[in-house]
Amino acid sequence: MDIAKIDQIIENHNGEESSLIQILLDIQSEYHWLPKEALARVGERLQVPMSRIQQIASFYKAFSLVPKGRHEVHVCVGTACHVRGAQRVLDTVQDITGIGPGETDAELKFSVETVNCLGCCALGPVMEVDGKHHGNIAPSQIASVLNNCE
Amino acid sequence: MSEIHLQIDGKEVVASEGMTILDAAKTVGIAIPTLCHHEKLEPYGGCRICTVEVEVRGWPKLVAGCIYPVEKDLVVRTRSEKVDKIRKVLLEEMLAHAPDAEELQALAKEYGADRDRFEKEPSFCIHCGLCVRYCAEIKKKHAVGFVDRGSNREISFIPEIASKECWDCKECFPLCPTSALQAAYVLAESLIPQPDAEVSSCSCSCSCSGKSGTGE
Ligand code: SF4
Ligand code: FES
Ligand code: FES
Repeated sequence: MDIAKIDQIIENHNGEESSLIQILLDIQSEYHWLPKEALARVGERLQVPMSRIQQIASFYKAFSLVPKGRHEVHVCVGTACHVRGAQRVLDTVQDITGIGPGETDAELKFSVETVNCLGCCALGPVMEVDGKHHGNIAPSQIASVLNNCE
Repeated sequence: MSEIHLQIDGKEVVASEGMTILDAAKTVGIAIPTLCHHEKLEPYGGCRICTVEVEVRGWPKLVAGCIYPVEKDLVVRTRSEKVDKIRKVLLEEMLAHAPDAEELQALAKEYGADRDRFEKEPSFCIHCGLCVRYCAEIKKKHAVGFVDRGSNREISFIPEIASKECWDCKECFPLCPTSALQAAYVLAESLIPQPDAEVSSCSCSCSCSGKSGTGE
């Protein structure tokens, strides 16, 4: 981890305490998780106690305190997607990545997560990869989307 | 300071601005149960055991006595069927987490709470926040904090801070209404390198005291 990069992120927010969550979000998207040294640096620069940072980092689902894969795969298992075959999507994702919901593979390539409704039920079943939605997805398409990930 | 007249359990009370219902009741010797309240700490309103019924211009509502400020002509009832029932259920929920906490048991007797009503989930902590707030507000050390959310929320010591600050303080221990705090500390202690412990390269959990390569 590059401390200079963390400092840069903090600078981008003028080192303001009120930007704590924004700063954490930036670190999260840069590293896909919140490394401990990064949090310590943020606490030091912003003069925020570690207990507060940990409370926030463990409260929001957007943050992870353990390393996550480079690609985040979200499979919607909300009611509409469930009815439209979310389980098959999930099974296919598991077959291809070798990991289940809440897991990250050893190469830190993928992290798989289930979510409850992505807000576009008409497109179900929906899978989201790195923020991009794939609606009405068929098993063959899942393979091509995931295989296209570096 | 302006005087505020109100009524608590039928008694006329004269309070001053900025007082809470709890403060005002205390001045006339009426006790309201509390769990998360502490005189030296900022108002919190976390446990709701201090719930009382108030009537504002004829409208009844339920409020937390430890944070609700006194108002002119307020009519407060610190005990009523509704209030007692709320306290009873709250206690029953807390007892599911900390069945043996003395403070809770005493209150349970008073309000007829059944300690076995809900399935036990011994996390011991009732989330009163006394330890977290005391450490932050009074000691300004922030050695203990809340982590996670919802039903998984728990307190956790920050080992790096705890190892420096907690040994000679432990002032939060007697504040905890349950045994959660001490348990969490024992847990954190195991993560804290003992000041006089031998530096070792062995991280196994046996009692070989980390001296690798002794003997054979
Ligand atoms: S550990 Fe004890 S003092 Fe701290 S929040 Fe839990 S119940 Fe309250
Ligand atoms: S249920 Fe999947 S998008 Fe709504
Ligand atoms: S004592 Fe009032 S909410 Fe806990």
